[in-house]
Amino acid sequence: MIVQTLDIGLAALVLTLAGWTVLAHATFPAVVSYVAYGLLLSLIWVRLFAVDVALTEAAIGGGVTGVLLIGAASKLRKAALSTTERELTPPLRWAIAALCVLATLVLATIVLSLPDPPPTLAPEAVQNIAATGLGNPVTAVLIAYRAFDTMLEKCVLVLAVVGVWSLASDRYWGGAPGAPRAVTWDGALTFFAQLLPPLGILIGIRIFWIGADEPGGAFQGGAILAAMWMIIMMARLADAPAIGERWMRIALAAGPIVFLGVGILGFVAGWGFLAYPAGFAKPLIIFVEIFMTLSIAATLPMLVAGPPIRAPRP
Amino acid sequence: MSAATLAGLTGALLAGLGLYGLIIQPDPLRRILAFNVLGSGVFLLFGIIARRGAVAGALADPVPQALVITGIVVAFAATALAVALLVRLSGETSRLGLPAELSGQTRGDGADD
Amino acid sequence: MNFALNLLSVAAISAGSVFFLAGTLGLLRFPDALSRLHTLTKADNVGLGLVVIGLLPLAHGVLGGLKLVVVWVLVQLSGATVGQLIAQSIRRTGPTA
Repeated sequence: MIVQTLDIGLAALVLTLAGWTVLAHATFPAVVSYVAYGLLLSLIWVRLFAVDVALTEAAIGGGVTGVLLIGAASKLRKAALSTTERELTPPLRWAIAALCVLATLVLATIVLSLPDPPPTLAPEAVQNIAATGLGNPVTAVLIAYRAFDTMLEKCVLVLAVVGVWSLASDRYWGGAPGAPRAVTWDGALTFFAQLLPPLGILIGIRIFWIGADEPGGAFQGGAILAAMWMIIMMARLADAPAIGERWMRIALAAGPIVFLGVGILGFVAGWGFLAYPAGFAKPLIIFVEIFMTLSIAATLPMLVAGPPIRAPRP
Repeated sequence: MSAATLAGLTGALLAGLGLYGLIIQPDPLRRILAFNVLGSGVFLLFGIIARRGAVAGALADPVPQALVITGIVVAFAATALAVALLVRLSGETSRLGLPAELSGQTRGDGADD
Repeated sequence: MNFALNLLSVAAISAGSVFFLAGTLGLLRFPDALSRLHTLTKADNVGLGLVVIGLLPLAHGVLGGLKLVVVWVLVQLSGATVGQLIAQSIRRTGPTA
Protein backbone atom coordinates (compact mmCIF):
# COMPACT_ATOMS: atom_id res chain seq x y z
CA MET A 1 0.00 0.00 0.00
CA ILE A 2 1.25 3.47 -0.75
CA VAL A 3 2.37 5.77 1.96
CA GLN A 4 -0.24 8.29 3.00
CA THR A 5 -0.14 11.65 4.68
CA LEU A 6 -1.18 9.94 7.89
CA ASP A 7 1.91 7.75 7.87
CA ILE A 8 4.22 10.66 7.13
CA GLY A 9 2.60 12.74 9.87
CA LEU A 10 2.84 9.90 12.39
CA ALA A 11 6.48 9.28 11.55
CA ALA A 12 7.32 12.98 11.89
CA LEU A 13 5.51 13.24 15.24
CA VAL A 14 7.14 10.11 16.61
CA LEU A 15 10.62 11.21 15.55
CA THR A 16 10.11 14.68 17.04
CA LEU A 17 8.98 13.23 20.35
CA ALA A 18 11.86 10.75 20.39
CA GLY A 19 14.29 13.57 19.68
CA TRP A 20 12.81 15.58 22.52
CA THR A 21 13.04 12.58 24.85
CA VAL A 22 16.70 12.09 24.07
CA LEU A 23 17.83 15.71 23.81
CA ALA A 24 15.69 17.65 26.30
CA HIS A 25 17.50 19.51 29.05
CA ALA A 26 15.30 18.62 32.01
CA THR A 27 14.41 15.06 33.01
CA PHE A 28 10.69 15.41 33.72
CA PRO A 29 9.75 16.81 30.27
CA ALA A 30 11.79 14.00 28.73
CA VAL A 31 9.82 11.36 30.65
CA VAL A 32 6.46 12.92 29.75
CA SER A 33 7.55 13.10 26.14
CA TYR A 34 8.45 9.40 26.30
CA VAL A 35 4.92 8.51 27.43
CA ALA A 36 3.40 10.47 24.53
CA TYR A 37 5.94 8.85 22.22
CA GLY A 38 4.84 5.38 23.33
CA LEU A 39 1.19 6.16 22.68
CA LEU A 40 1.86 7.55 19.19
CA LEU A 41 4.11 4.60 18.43
CA SER A 42 1.16 2.29 19.05
CA LEU A 43 -0.66 4.13 16.24
CA ILE A 44 2.22 3.24 13.91
CA TRP A 45 1.80 -0.37 15.00
CA VAL A 46 -1.87 -0.20 14.01
CA ARG A 47 -0.80 1.07 10.60
CA LEU A 48 1.44 -2.00 10.33
CA PHE A 49 -1.62 -4.20 10.97
CA ALA A 50 -0.20 -5.42 14.27
CA VAL A 51 -3.05 -4.55 16.62
CA ASP A 52 -1.92 -6.92 19.39
CA VAL A 53 1.47 -5.23 19.43
CA ALA A 54 -0.21 -1.81 19.39
CA LEU A 55 -2.25 -2.76 22.47
CA THR A 56 0.85 -4.05 24.25
CA GLU A 57 2.90 -0.98 23.34
CA ALA A 58 0.18 1.39 24.55
CA ALA A 59 -0.44 -0.53 27.77
CA ILE A 60 3.04 -1.66 28.81
CA GLY A 61 5.45 0.36 26.68
CA GLY A 62 3.74 3.70 27.07
CA GLY A 63 1.59 3.28 30.13
CA VAL A 64 3.26 1.14 32.77
CA THR A 65 6.80 2.13 31.77
CA GLY A 66 5.65 5.76 31.94
CA VAL A 67 4.39 5.29 35.49
CA LEU A 68 7.66 3.64 36.44
CA LEU A 69 9.79 6.41 34.93
CA ILE A 70 7.70 9.29 36.32
CA GLY A 71 7.98 7.75 39.76
CA ALA A 72 11.72 7.38 39.29
CA ALA A 73 12.08 10.97 38.06
CA SER A 74 10.32 12.30 41.13
CA LYS A 75 12.36 10.10 43.51
CA LEU A 76 15.63 11.14 41.86
CA ARG A 77 14.84 14.83 41.62
CA LYS A 78 17.00 15.72 44.60
CA ALA A 79 20.00 13.60 43.67
CA ALA A 80 22.90 15.48 42.20
CA LEU A 81 24.66 14.22 39.15
CA SER A 82 27.73 12.12 39.85
CA THR A 83 30.99 13.82 38.92
CA THR A 84 32.72 10.79 37.51
CA GLU A 85 31.28 11.26 34.05
CA ARG A 86 33.93 12.56 31.71
CA GLU A 87 33.06 15.86 30.13
CA LEU A 88 32.26 15.31 26.47
CA THR A 89 34.19 17.68 24.26
CA PRO A 90 32.59 18.77 20.98
CA PRO A 91 34.88 16.65 18.77
CA LEU A 92 33.92 13.60 20.81
CA ARG A 93 30.26 14.51 20.47
CA TRP A 94 30.62 14.77 16.71
CA ALA A 95 32.35 11.40 16.63
CA ILE A 96 29.52 9.80 18.63
CA ALA A 97 26.95 11.43 16.39
CA ALA A 98 28.77 10.07 13.34
CA LEU A 99 28.72 6.60 14.89
CA CYS A 100 24.97 6.83 15.46
CA VAL A 101 24.38 8.12 11.93
CA LEU A 102 26.40 5.17 10.66
CA ALA A 103 24.27 2.76 12.70
CA THR A 104 21.11 4.39 11.34
CA LEU A 105 22.38 4.14 7.77
CA VAL A 106 23.22 0.47 8.21
CA LEU A 107 19.72 -0.26 9.56
CA ALA A 108 18.09 1.82 6.82
CA THR A 109 20.04 -0.06 4.17
CA ILE A 110 18.83 -3.31 5.68
CA VAL A 111 15.26 -2.02 5.60
CA LEU A 112 15.51 -0.98 1.96
CA SER A 113 17.18 -4.17 0.79
CA LEU A 114 15.03 -6.80 2.44
CA PRO A 115 14.65 -9.93 0.31
CA ASP A 116 11.81 -10.03 -2.19
CA PRO A 117 9.66 -12.22 -2.06
CA PRO A 118 9.70 -11.85 1.72
CA PRO A 119 10.17 -15.03 3.73
CA THR A 120 7.21 -15.57 5.97
CA LEU A 121 5.74 -18.08 8.35
CA ALA A 122 2.21 -16.78 7.94
CA PRO A 123 0.93 -19.62 5.73
CA GLU A 124 2.02 -22.29 8.21
CA ALA A 125 0.61 -20.29 11.09
CA VAL A 126 -2.76 -19.83 9.45
CA GLN A 127 -2.95 -23.41 8.19
CA ASN A 128 -2.45 -25.05 11.55
CA ILE A 129 -4.51 -22.64 13.59
CA ALA A 130 -7.66 -24.73 13.28
CA ALA A 131 -6.05 -27.45 15.37
CA THR A 132 -5.58 -25.07 18.30
CA GLY A 133 -9.15 -23.82 18.20
CA LEU A 134 -8.02 -20.19 18.29
CA GLY A 135 -8.88 -17.45 15.86
CA ASN A 136 -6.08 -14.99 16.56
CA PRO A 137 -2.81 -16.10 14.97
CA VAL A 138 -0.67 -14.01 17.31
CA THR A 139 -2.17 -15.69 20.38
CA ALA A 140 -1.65 -19.04 18.70
CA VAL A 141 2.02 -18.20 18.14
CA LEU A 142 2.44 -17.00 21.73
CA ILE A 143 0.75 -19.84 23.55
CA ALA A 144 0.87 -22.74 21.11
CA TYR A 145 3.62 -22.54 18.53
CA ARG A 146 6.24 -20.70 20.57
CA ALA A 147 4.99 -21.60 24.02
CA PHE A 148 8.51 -22.18 25.27
CA ASP A 149 9.48 -18.56 24.60
CA THR A 150 6.43 -17.26 26.44
CA MET A 151 7.04 -19.51 29.41
CA LEU A 152 10.63 -18.33 29.63
CA GLU A 153 9.40 -14.75 29.41
CA LYS A 154 7.15 -15.32 32.43
CA CYS A 155 10.17 -16.70 34.26
CA VAL A 156 12.13 -13.56 33.29
CA LEU A 157 9.38 -11.44 34.86
CA VAL A 158 9.61 -13.43 38.10
CA LEU A 159 13.39 -13.06 38.07
CA ALA A 160 13.02 -9.30 37.60
CA VAL A 161 10.72 -9.11 40.62
CA VAL A 162 13.20 -11.11 42.69
CA GLY A 163 15.96 -8.78 41.50
CA VAL A 164 13.99 -5.69 42.51
CA TRP A 165 13.12 -7.18 45.90
CA SER A 166 16.71 -8.15 46.57
CA LEU A 167 17.63 -4.45 46.64
CA ALA A 168 15.86 -4.01 49.97
CA SER A 169 17.76 -3.46 53.16
CA ASP A 170 17.95 -6.57 55.29
CA ARG A 171 15.75 -5.10 57.96
CA TYR A 172 13.00 -4.38 55.44
CA TRP A 173 12.91 -7.87 53.92
CA GLY A 174 9.38 -9.19 54.02
CA GLY A 175 7.89 -5.73 54.41
CA ALA A 176 5.86 -3.66 52.01
CA PRO A 177 6.95 -1.19 49.35
CA GLY A 178 5.39 2.20 48.86
CA ALA A 179 3.36 4.45 51.07
CA PRO A 180 0.92 2.95 53.58
CA ARG A 181 -2.82 3.11 53.36
CA ALA A 182 -4.10 6.63 53.97
CA VAL A 183 -6.17 7.29 57.06
CA THR A 184 -8.62 9.73 55.48
CA TRP A 185 -9.76 9.51 51.92
CA ASP A 186 -10.81 12.54 49.98
CA GLY A 187 -9.89 14.32 46.86
CA ALA A 188 -9.99 13.78 43.17
CA LEU A 189 -7.59 10.83 43.09
CA THR A 190 -9.65 8.89 45.63
CA PHE A 191 -12.81 9.47 43.62
CA PHE A 192 -11.03 8.33 40.50
CA ALA A 193 -9.60 5.24 42.17
CA GLN A 194 -13.02 4.25 43.47
CA LEU A 195 -14.79 4.79 40.15
CA LEU A 196 -12.41 3.44 37.55
CA PRO A 197 -11.20 0.03 38.82
CA PRO A 198 -14.55 -1.81 38.55
CA LEU A 199 -14.88 -0.74 34.91
CA GLY A 200 -11.19 -1.27 34.28
CA ILE A 201 -11.26 -4.81 35.66
CA LEU A 202 -14.18 -5.63 33.38
CA ILE A 203 -12.34 -4.19 30.40
CA GLY A 204 -9.15 -6.03 31.31
CA ILE A 205 -10.90 -9.39 31.61
CA ARG A 206 -12.73 -8.72 28.35
CA ILE A 207 -9.53 -7.92 26.47
CA PHE A 208 -7.87 -11.05 27.88
CA TRP A 209 -10.87 -13.20 26.92
CA ILE A 210 -11.29 -11.80 23.43
CA GLY A 211 -7.63 -12.44 22.70
CA ALA A 212 -8.42 -15.97 21.62
CA ASP A 213 -10.18 -14.80 18.48
CA GLU A 214 -9.45 -11.10 18.04
CA PRO A 215 -6.59 -8.78 18.95
CA GLY A 216 -6.03 -8.91 22.66
CA GLY A 217 -4.65 -11.52 24.96
CA ALA A 218 -3.13 -12.24 28.32
CA PHE A 219 -0.42 -9.57 28.29
CA GLN A 220 -2.71 -6.74 27.28
CA GLY A 221 -5.52 -7.73 29.66
CA GLY A 222 -3.06 -8.36 32.47
CA ALA A 223 -1.50 -4.92 31.94
CA ILE A 224 -4.92 -3.25 32.29
CA LEU A 225 -5.64 -5.19 35.48
CA ALA A 226 -2.20 -4.22 36.76
CA ALA A 227 -2.95 -0.56 35.96
CA MET A 228 -6.15 -0.72 38.01
CA TRP A 229 -4.25 -2.07 41.00
CA MET A 230 -1.58 0.59 40.57
CA ILE A 231 -4.24 3.33 40.60
CA ILE A 232 -5.63 1.94 43.85
CA MET A 233 -2.16 1.85 45.39
CA MET A 234 -1.32 5.35 44.16
CA ALA A 235 -4.51 6.73 45.67
CA ARG A 236 -3.51 4.89 48.86
CA LEU A 237 -6.87 3.19 49.13
CA ALA A 238 -5.10 -0.07 49.91
CA ASP A 239 -1.74 -1.06 51.27
CA ALA A 240 0.86 -2.27 48.90
CA PRO A 241 1.13 -5.94 49.81
CA ALA A 242 4.07 -7.05 51.89
CA ILE A 243 6.46 -9.08 49.79
CA GLY A 244 6.45 -11.86 52.37
CA GLU A 245 2.75 -12.50 51.99
CA ARG A 246 2.02 -16.00 50.81
CA TRP A 247 -0.78 -15.04 48.43
CA MET A 248 1.44 -12.47 46.76
CA ARG A 249 4.17 -15.00 46.10
CA ILE A 250 1.67 -17.58 44.84
CA ALA A 251 0.10 -15.00 42.51
CA LEU A 252 3.51 -14.09 41.11
CA ALA A 253 4.63 -17.66 40.55
CA ALA A 254 1.30 -19.05 39.36
CA GLY A 255 1.82 -18.09 35.73
CA PRO A 256 5.13 -19.82 35.03
CA ILE A 257 4.29 -22.78 37.29
CA VAL A 258 0.98 -23.52 35.57
CA PHE A 259 2.59 -23.09 32.17
CA LEU A 260 5.39 -25.45 33.08
CA GLY A 261 2.88 -27.86 34.62
CA VAL A 262 0.84 -28.02 31.45
CA GLY A 263 4.05 -28.58 29.53
CA ILE A 264 5.11 -31.46 31.74
CA LEU A 265 1.59 -32.85 31.55
CA GLY A 266 2.00 -32.92 27.81
CA PHE A 267 5.33 -34.68 28.18
CA VAL A 268 3.88 -37.28 30.52
CA ALA A 269 0.71 -37.84 28.54
CA GLY A 270 2.56 -38.37 25.30
CA TRP A 271 1.60 -35.30 23.26
CA GLY A 272 5.02 -33.78 23.69
CA PHE A 273 6.44 -31.13 26.00
CA LEU A 274 4.35 -27.93 25.78
CA ALA A 275 2.14 -29.46 23.08
CA TYR A 276 -1.62 -29.64 23.24
CA PRO A 277 -3.84 -32.57 22.30
CA ALA A 278 -6.07 -32.08 19.29
CA GLY A 279 -9.63 -31.48 20.38
CA PHE A 280 -8.74 -30.32 23.90
CA ALA A 281 -6.27 -27.61 22.92
CA LYS A 282 -8.36 -24.51 23.49
CA PRO A 283 -9.49 -25.26 27.08
CA LEU A 284 -5.88 -25.97 28.06
CA ILE A 285 -4.71 -22.77 26.36
CA ILE A 286 -7.38 -20.70 28.13
CA PHE A 287 -6.43 -22.36 31.43
CA VAL A 288 -2.79 -21.39 30.96
CA GLU A 289 -3.75 -17.87 29.87
CA ILE A 290 -5.90 -17.26 32.95
CA PHE A 291 -2.95 -17.87 35.24
CA MET A 292 -0.66 -15.88 32.96
CA THR A 293 -2.99 -12.89 33.20
CA LEU A 294 -3.17 -13.22 36.97
CA SER A 295 0.58 -13.42 37.20
CA ILE A 296 1.14 -10.39 34.99
CA ALA A 297 -1.45 -8.39 36.93
CA ALA A 298 0.50 -9.18 40.10
CA THR A 299 3.99 -8.75 38.66
CA LEU A 300 3.77 -5.36 36.96
CA PRO A 301 2.62 -3.39 40.03
CA MET A 302 5.29 -5.07 42.15
CA LEU A 303 7.95 -4.09 39.63
CA VAL A 304 6.72 -0.50 39.67
CA ALA A 305 6.37 -0.36 43.47
CA GLY A 306 10.00 -1.30 43.96
CA PRO A 307 11.83 -2.86 46.88
CA PRO A 308 10.19 -2.85 50.31
CA ILE A 309 10.84 0.25 52.40
CA ARG A 310 8.79 -0.58 55.50
CA ALA A 311 9.64 -3.17 58.07
CA PRO A 312 7.40 -6.24 58.09
CA ARG A 313 4.68 -6.47 60.65
CA PRO A 314 5.61 -9.06 63.30
CA MET B 1 7.62 3.38 -0.69
CA SER B 2 4.98 1.66 1.39
CA ALA B 3 3.79 2.39 4.86
CA ALA B 4 5.81 -0.52 6.15
CA THR B 5 9.04 0.79 4.61
CA LEU B 6 8.41 4.22 6.11
CA ALA B 7 7.89 2.60 9.49
CA GLY B 8 11.10 0.63 9.05
CA LEU B 9 13.08 3.78 8.26
CA THR B 10 11.48 5.44 11.28
CA GLY B 11 12.65 2.49 13.34
CA ALA B 12 16.19 2.88 12.01
CA LEU B 13 16.18 6.59 12.91
CA LEU B 14 14.78 5.84 16.35
CA ALA B 15 17.51 3.28 16.94
CA GLY B 16 20.15 5.86 15.98
CA LEU B 17 18.58 8.51 18.24
CA GLY B 18 18.36 6.10 21.13
CA LEU B 19 21.97 5.04 20.68
CA TYR B 20 23.08 8.68 20.65
CA GLY B 21 21.17 9.43 23.84
CA LEU B 22 22.48 6.29 25.48
CA ILE B 23 26.09 7.35 24.94
CA ILE B 24 25.81 11.13 25.36
CA GLN B 25 23.56 11.56 28.38
CA PRO B 26 25.37 11.72 31.73
CA ASP B 27 22.20 11.16 33.75
CA PRO B 28 21.48 7.41 34.18
CA LEU B 29 17.71 7.91 34.10
CA ARG B 30 18.03 9.66 30.73
CA ARG B 31 20.12 6.74 29.57
CA ILE B 32 17.33 4.35 30.55
CA LEU B 33 14.93 6.50 28.53
CA ALA B 34 17.25 6.42 25.51
CA PHE B 35 17.61 2.66 25.92
CA ASN B 36 13.84 2.35 25.72
CA VAL B 37 13.74 4.52 22.59
CA LEU B 38 16.44 2.32 21.05
CA GLY B 39 14.47 -0.80 21.93
CA SER B 40 11.23 0.45 20.44
CA GLY B 41 13.07 1.41 17.26
CA VAL B 42 14.40 -2.12 16.92
CA PHE B 43 10.89 -3.47 17.50
CA LEU B 44 9.65 -1.34 14.59
CA LEU B 45 12.18 -3.12 12.40
CA PHE B 46 10.53 -6.38 13.45
CA GLY B 47 7.23 -4.81 12.52
CA ILE B 48 8.20 -4.14 8.93
CA ILE B 49 9.40 -7.71 8.55
CA ALA B 50 6.07 -8.89 9.92
CA ARG B 51 4.07 -6.67 7.61
CA ARG B 52 6.01 -7.74 4.55
CA GLY B 53 5.16 -11.33 5.35
CA ALA B 54 1.51 -10.77 4.57
CA VAL B 55 -0.07 -13.44 2.44
CA ALA B 56 -3.62 -14.25 1.49
CA GLY B 57 -5.38 -15.07 4.73
CA ALA B 58 -3.17 -13.13 7.12
CA LEU B 59 -2.55 -9.40 7.06
CA ALA B 60 0.85 -9.80 8.65
CA ASP B 61 3.22 -12.54 9.73
CA PRO B 62 2.27 -13.33 13.32
CA VAL B 63 5.61 -14.77 14.47
CA PRO B 64 7.61 -11.48 14.56
CA GLN B 65 4.61 -9.79 16.18
CA ALA B 66 4.67 -12.34 18.99
CA LEU B 67 8.42 -11.83 19.36
CA VAL B 68 7.87 -8.06 19.67
CA ILE B 69 5.17 -8.54 22.34
CA THR B 70 7.58 -10.70 24.31
CA GLY B 71 10.29 -8.09 23.76
CA ILE B 72 8.17 -5.22 25.03
CA VAL B 73 7.39 -7.06 28.25
CA VAL B 74 11.00 -8.10 28.82
CA ALA B 75 12.21 -4.55 28.08
CA PHE B 76 9.82 -3.27 30.72
CA ALA B 77 11.14 -5.80 33.23
CA ALA B 78 14.73 -4.75 32.47
CA THR B 79 13.78 -1.06 32.81
CA ALA B 80 12.11 -1.74 36.15
CA LEU B 81 15.21 -3.50 37.46
CA ALA B 82 17.47 -0.72 36.18
CA VAL B 83 15.29 1.95 37.79
CA ALA B 84 15.22 0.06 41.10
CA LEU B 85 19.01 -0.21 41.05
CA LEU B 86 19.34 3.50 40.26
CA VAL B 87 16.92 4.58 43.00
CA ARG B 88 18.65 2.38 45.54
CA LEU B 89 22.10 3.65 44.58
CA SER B 90 21.03 7.26 44.72
CA GLY B 91 19.34 6.63 48.05
CA GLU B 92 22.64 5.42 49.47
CA THR B 93 24.98 7.99 47.93
CA SER B 94 22.65 10.94 47.17
CA ARG B 95 24.17 10.98 43.73
CA LEU B 96 23.17 9.63 40.38
CA GLY B 97 25.63 7.20 38.93
CA LEU B 98 28.69 5.52 40.36
CA PRO B 99 30.40 7.32 43.22
CA ALA B 100 33.88 8.66 42.63
CA GLU B 101 35.55 6.35 45.15
CA LEU B 102 34.34 3.20 43.40
CA SER B 103 35.28 4.22 39.91
CA GLY B 104 38.97 4.07 40.72
CA GLN B 105 39.72 7.50 39.36
CA THR B 106 40.64 9.10 42.66
CA ARG B 107 42.32 6.21 44.44
CA GLY B 108 46.09 6.20 44.15
CA ASP B 109 46.91 3.02 46.04
CA GLY B 110 46.33 0.82 43.02
CA ALA B 111 43.55 -1.21 44.56
CA ASP B 112 41.40 -2.68 41.82
CA ASP B 113 37.80 -3.99 41.72
CA MET C 1 -29.09 8.88 3.78
CA ASN C 2 -25.59 7.56 3.47
CA PHE C 3 -24.37 10.85 2.04
CA ALA C 4 -26.00 12.81 4.84
CA LEU C 5 -24.41 10.57 7.49
CA ASN C 6 -21.00 10.90 5.87
CA LEU C 7 -21.44 14.67 5.74
CA LEU C 8 -22.35 14.68 9.41
CA SER C 9 -19.28 12.60 10.22
CA VAL C 10 -16.92 14.88 8.32
CA ALA C 11 -18.47 18.01 9.85
CA ALA C 12 -18.37 16.68 13.41
CA ILE C 13 -14.79 15.39 13.17
CA SER C 14 -13.63 18.66 11.61
CA ALA C 15 -15.31 20.63 14.38
CA GLY C 16 -13.63 18.37 16.92
CA SER C 17 -10.26 18.99 15.31
CA VAL C 18 -10.88 22.74 15.48
CA PHE C 19 -11.48 22.40 19.21
CA PHE C 20 -8.27 20.41 19.62
CA LEU C 21 -6.37 23.06 17.67
CA ALA C 22 -7.88 25.78 19.85
CA GLY C 23 -6.87 23.88 22.97
CA THR C 24 -3.31 23.51 21.71
CA LEU C 25 -3.20 27.20 20.82
CA GLY C 26 -4.29 28.01 24.35
CA LEU C 27 -1.63 25.68 25.73
CA LEU C 28 1.04 27.57 23.85
CA ARG C 29 -0.21 31.12 24.32
CA PHE C 30 -1.86 31.46 27.72
CA PRO C 31 0.21 33.19 30.39
CA ASP C 32 0.06 30.89 33.41
CA ALA C 33 -0.43 27.25 34.22
CA LEU C 34 -3.98 27.39 35.57
CA SER C 35 -5.43 29.06 32.49
CA ARG C 36 -3.54 26.62 30.26
CA LEU C 37 -5.04 23.77 32.28
CA HIS C 38 -8.50 25.27 31.86
CA THR C 39 -8.28 25.51 28.11
CA LEU C 40 -6.84 22.01 27.77
CA THR C 41 -9.50 20.25 29.79
CA LYS C 42 -12.44 22.11 28.29
CA ALA C 43 -11.37 22.10 24.66
CA ASP C 44 -10.14 18.51 24.63
CA ASN C 45 -13.29 17.11 26.21
CA VAL C 46 -15.60 18.88 23.77
CA GLY C 47 -13.28 18.10 20.88
CA LEU C 48 -13.23 14.40 21.70
CA GLY C 49 -17.00 14.41 22.11
CA LEU C 50 -17.45 15.87 18.65
CA VAL C 51 -15.02 13.36 17.17
CA VAL C 52 -16.94 10.51 18.84
CA ILE C 53 -20.24 11.87 17.49
CA GLY C 54 -18.68 11.99 14.06
CA LEU C 55 -17.47 8.38 14.34
CA LEU C 56 -20.77 6.98 15.62
CA PRO C 57 -22.33 6.50 12.14
CA LEU C 58 -19.20 4.58 11.11
CA ALA C 59 -19.12 2.30 14.15
CA HIS C 60 -19.67 -1.45 14.02
CA GLY C 61 -23.22 -1.73 15.27
CA VAL C 62 -24.67 -0.57 18.55
CA LEU C 63 -21.93 -2.24 20.61
CA GLY C 64 -19.20 -0.45 18.66
CA GLY C 65 -20.91 2.88 19.15
CA LEU C 66 -21.35 2.15 22.84
CA LYS C 67 -17.62 1.43 23.14
CA LEU C 68 -16.83 4.79 21.54
CA VAL C 69 -19.05 6.58 24.05
CA VAL C 70 -17.44 4.66 26.93
CA VAL C 71 -14.03 5.78 25.64
CA TRP C 72 -15.21 9.39 25.71
CA VAL C 73 -16.58 9.05 29.25
CA LEU C 74 -13.33 7.46 30.48
CA VAL C 75 -11.20 10.18 28.89
CA GLN C 76 -13.39 12.82 30.54
CA LEU C 77 -13.04 11.08 33.88
CA SER C 78 -9.28 10.81 33.70
CA GLY C 79 -8.93 14.32 32.27
CA ALA C 80 -11.00 15.79 35.08
CA THR C 81 -9.01 13.93 37.72
CA VAL C 82 -5.65 14.91 36.27
CA GLY C 83 -6.84 18.51 35.94
CA GLN C 84 -7.81 18.58 39.60
CA LEU C 85 -4.51 17.03 40.67
CA ILE C 86 -2.41 19.45 38.63
CA ALA C 87 -4.43 22.41 39.93
CA GLN C 88 -3.97 21.26 43.53
CA SER C 89 -0.24 20.92 42.94
CA ILE C 90 -0.11 24.41 41.42
CA ARG C 91 -1.96 25.83 44.40
CA ARG C 92 0.52 24.16 46.75
CA THR C 93 3.68 25.31 45.05
CA GLY C 94 2.46 28.69 43.87
CA PRO C 95 1.92 29.75 40.29
CA THR C 96 5.01 29.28 38.18
CA ALA C 97 5.26 29.83 34.45
